[in-house]
Amino acid sequence: MLATEPGIRVRYILPTSPLSCVRRNGLIEVWQANAGGRYRHKKEGYLAPLDPNFGGCGRCITDEEGRYIFRTIHPGPYPWPNGVNDWRPAHIHFSVFGQGFAQRLITQMYFEGDSLIWRCPIVGSISDKDAVRSLIAQYDHDNTVPMDARAYRFDIVLRGRRSTMFENKLEGN
Amino acid sequence: MTLKESPSQTAGPYVHIGLTPNYSGIGGVYPADLGKQMVSPATKGTRIAVEGRIFDGGGTVVKDALIEIWQADADGRCNSPGETRGAADPHFSGWGRCACDTETGLFRFETIKPGGVPYPGGGMQAPHISFWIVARGINLGLNTRLYFAEDEGLLAADPILKRIEHRDRLSTIVIPGRNGVYTFDIWLQGPNETIFFDI
Repeated sequence: MLATEPGIRVRYILPTSPLSCVRRNGLIEVWQANAGGRYRHKKEGYLAPLDPNFGGCGRCITDEEGRYIFRTIHPGPYPWPNGVNDWRPAHIHFSVFGQGFAQRLITQMYFEGDSLIWRCPIVGSISDKDAVRSLIAQYDHDNTVPMDARAYRFDIVLRGRRSTMFENKLEGN
Repeated sequence: MTLKESPSQTAGPYVHIGLTPNYSGIGGVYPADLGKQMVSPATKGTRIAVEGRIFDGGGTVVKDALIEIWQADADGRCNSPGETRGAADPHFSGWGRCACDTETGLFRFETIKPGGVPYPGGGMQAPHISFWIVARGINLGLNTRLYFAEDEGLLAADPILKRIEHRDRLSTIVIPGRNGVYTFDIWLQGPNETIFFDI
């Protein structure tokens, strides 16, 4: 997802330390809007311009320790026709494969410090605030690249292979 | 250590950018979309096609959903490191991905008829294909299965299907074939609602 201009480059890192069982060699796919909040999609009608140097998709395989890194740009927030004045916070869509088909996950990553997160109806579809916090990537100064890219860290936890889904707890357990 | 599972969020209307970039017109990034081709001439088994559309509660065709399927090979083995019953057909991935056509809503998978798979609790599961559906407005991927109407005896003995209380709804997931084509229309809500699985 390399980009030359414009926006802020960010990296996402999944370290192994907090995980009891890491997902090795797992496929992660991402997609996002460009720096102006515009997606490269024929059904997208937002007025922000397309960036000729930014496609908006990326994919990688996690390493032997479950880590991944994407190098991209900070996506822009954008308004959407829902309520009178609803905005999507800056976010990146993540698609993740576990070891079983029942672990298949699609989710969205948000950025620490974004005031729009807690006003977003799509974020608000998750009733548990701690679960929302788990989708907010944390700024990771130690992994920034000086004069080049900021870094954010986003850990993903897949459901246990034998976990049961509960209707009253759609965010998982 | 127990960790809290990351919550699911909707795939949104632009899921194609990430999962089927070539289909969405983003060329030159990847040679082909993942999961587009499931069989090759070397794949063992009877060729079939599975196609259909997804309908919402009002009967409107959903045109921006994405479907992934997962199934056993012709002998009932899964192409997975977790398979313990011997090697699956190396020429069959068992996994497919298809974006519903943005104009017509149609999806289509060209695959093979799977074999039966043992049920962990004992007995055999009838041949089936697992479906996973994501779309704008769906916060958690939907899981269902396609079964094959011609497998009457196996269907009657299937330990999962036996647990379905409303027998008259089985026809939403047990699908007859015609010349090797199985038309599996999926209804998200309403009187014809497809049986979805709490897995």
